[in-house]
Amino acid sequence: MNFLSEPRKWERFFWPILASALLLALWHYSVVWSGTKVFPSPREVLNGMGDLLRHHVLWRDIVDSLRRVAAGFGAAVVLGVPLGLTLGWYPAANQVVNPVMQLLRPISPIAWIPVAIIFFGVGDRAAMFLIFLGAFFPIVVACISGVSNVPSVFRRAGRNFGLTAPQLLAKVLLPAALPQILIGLRIALGIAWLVVVAAEMIAVDSGLGYLVIDSRNSGKRYDLVVAAILMIGVIGLVLDLAFRRLEKLRSVRWGFRFES
Amino acid sequence: MQDESAARTTVRVRLRPIAFIAALLVLWSIGIRREPSHLLPGPWGVVGGIADLVRHGLLLKYVVASLFRVTWGFVLAVVLAIPLGLAVGWYRRAEMALNPILQILRPISPLAWIPIAILWFGVGDLAAIFLIFVGCFFPLMLTAINAVQSIPAVYVNAGRNFGLSSAALVYRVLYPAVVPNLIVGLRITLGIAWLVVVAAEMIAVSSGLGFLIIDARNAGNRYDLVLAGMLIIGVIGLLLDMGMRSLEKVKSFRWGYSED
Amino acid sequence: MSLTQPVSVPAAVTTKLSVEHVSMVFERDGKSTHVLNDISLDVGDGEFVCLLGPSGCGKTTLLNAMAGFLSPTSGEIKVSGEVVRKPDPRRIFVFQERGVFPWLTVEGNIGFGLSKLPRLEREKRVAYYVKMVGLEGFEKTYPQELSGGMKQRLEVARALAVNPDMLLLDEPFGALDSITRLIMRGELLRIWEAERKTIVFVTHDIDEAVQLADRVVVMSARPATIQQIVNIDITHPRDISSPRYLELRDGIFQQIGLAHKV
Repeated sequence: MNFLSEPRKWERFFWPILASALLLALWHYSVVWSGTKVFPSPREVLNGMGDLLRHHVLWRDIVDSLRRVAAGFGAAVVLGVPLGLTLGWYPAANQVVNPVMQLLRPISPIAWIPVAIIFFGVGDRAAMFLIFLGAFFPIVVACISGVSNVPSVFRRAGRNFGLTAPQLLAKVLLPAALPQILIGLRIALGIAWLVVVAAEMIAVDSGLGYLVIDSRNSGKRYDLVVAAILMIGVIGLVLDLAFRRLEKLRSVRWGFRFES
Repeated sequence: MQDESAARTTVRVRLRPIAFIAALLVLWSIGIRREPSHLLPGPWGVVGGIADLVRHGLLLKYVVASLFRVTWGFVLAVVLAIPLGLAVGWYRRAEMALNPILQILRPISPLAWIPIAILWFGVGDLAAIFLIFVGCFFPLMLTAINAVQSIPAVYVNAGRNFGLSSAALVYRVLYPAVVPNLIVGLRITLGIAWLVVVAAEMIAVSSGLGFLIIDARNAGNRYDLVLAGMLIIGVIGLLLDMGMRSLEKVKSFRWGYSED
Repeated sequence: MSLTQPVSVPAAVTTKLSVEHVSMVFERDGKSTHVLNDISLDVGDGEFVCLLGPSGCGKTTLLNAMAGFLSPTSGEIKVSGEVVRKPDPRRIFVFQERGVFPWLTVEGNIGFGLSKLPRLEREKRVAYYVKMVGLEGFEKTYPQELSGGMKQRLEVARALAVNPDMLLLDEPFGALDSITRLIMRGELLRIWEAERKTIVFVTHDIDEAVQLADRVVVMSARPATIQQIVNIDITHPRDISSPRYLELRDGIFQQIGLAHKV
């Protein structure tokens, strides 16, 4: 088979399945040959997952994690989008606020835990605050860049048709910036998912992150640890894919280049 | 005459963000003074905290520790992920094979790997470096894959047209074409590395800026040190980002960018 | 003909647009660029006028000033006696097809300026203009799926739907292939004759100017002045092989200083 020829349709399934099977085999045999007593084999992880599901633990933790993400991410959208749009619309305002944002942005949300605990105590609220922090800056940045990248023809055409400033924002700038805003939202959601897991490992006692840390601490159940880790990956992927579907809507499709 | 007033306006414009920051600091101090029993310090308290750290020689020690881990984790990830990613991006079948696996592993917070990191490396520097490596590996790999796939076909065709061998094609077309995208990816991933190191240090090691934050709180609610730590984290993260941006400006890389 | 005196319009037509001694200077990083130099021009109601000149000579700048997107550094532009200060739906600017809004369908775009109308009236108008520019069947299509020529037609339809007094077109056919361009010129003339709007059309294509305009305003390179105004006295449809056409066209060629043989 010529390695550079166009792949056929069946290959879309063949290669990933082959690679995954090889990986699983590699994993399995590494565990067997190294004689480790602790690190789980693929089968043990599968059993572990069954265990979690059977005891209803997994569902509750998944729901808890998703709930926190929804709240933190939702708050970040509600506060971040209007702020970002405003800053993009008034470059002067952006110039004033930007240095503060650039300073706060590289601080990991996890580093805010002590501060979060002061204001929210230990528990759900603190976790949601951390998620909010993680998602807020990417959303604001995406909105700013979305608005400022709107080609000036659109702005001019809008003014030509007699639109007032608020109408211009709603009927021209927002739709024109929407593709970029959506990308920012998707990335922010990914970050929110990372933060919730990390926050749960430190500051709360439920959720997938907590499951990871707890499985190890209370009994070195590494099969559960790996099972939880994989669940985190899968759910994160599902969230991402769901969001990508939004990008296919006709009224924003034009802003993306899709692979055929 | 015109130059004078232009110069005055520039100064006034430059002062605005500073005035904004000053206003925020004032609000902060007022807020703290209203509740003197509050655990959080005012701005001067934070300055005192920094002075404290300097006096005990801890500031430099912790900054160096964090930077040390970031550097190792980041560089290892770059050295492994970029060539691998470029190769995978070049061969469609390789990308098809590995993509699902990458997509599942990507949304997993590096911190979720802590139990495994501790299992393999024990508590300490290596575990932290491993976490940073994991946090950087997947984004870098995906960046490299994406960079290769974004090379306009015309470049490759032109290269082949001029009779370039595969090796020459890689060296003279592929590599220069991907460099701009790679550099942006490096900058973003370095930002991620900085977030991860702080979080990792809060859990898995006993030095570094992240450790400072958790320790300052646990050993006596020294919130002045907590905030001082956060501020330093922000500043260094910003400096790292600015450093990478200046790399983007190096002339031979600039062809990939329009005016920012 | 003096180059700096206002050029008046034939007596029987009222003046729609009047450009009076307009100059435009741009400042950038301390450097001044003189783009327009003392331009004076009158355009009559229902006239089709072409601004012709090499790329970058400032004709687009003049057009933008007429639309109200830019203010002249000196001089005034008046439409129907009122000084132009800002953009207005009575003077619609048609960009090179890239002004079409990609997030709206054909119908959505055409109806863009009609939001103040009651729904039934709006739908009627949209349908009318869809038909007029020949986009039937594509009402629910998004611009992404249209060809360049179709997008251009869409933009013209959107402009006409708000019933403006004037249309200002900035090299609208520049991005189209030459065959489509010929077709589109015919379409534009057809539409113009149906609605008789005042049109100011910017182009760098001499043939295009002579084929379309009642009068061709030949502009010099930057800083632009009006070199000559040519009256195209051939009635439509114009035979592009007729001696009069070639005579007028060659005259402009010579005026611009172009060689006649390739």
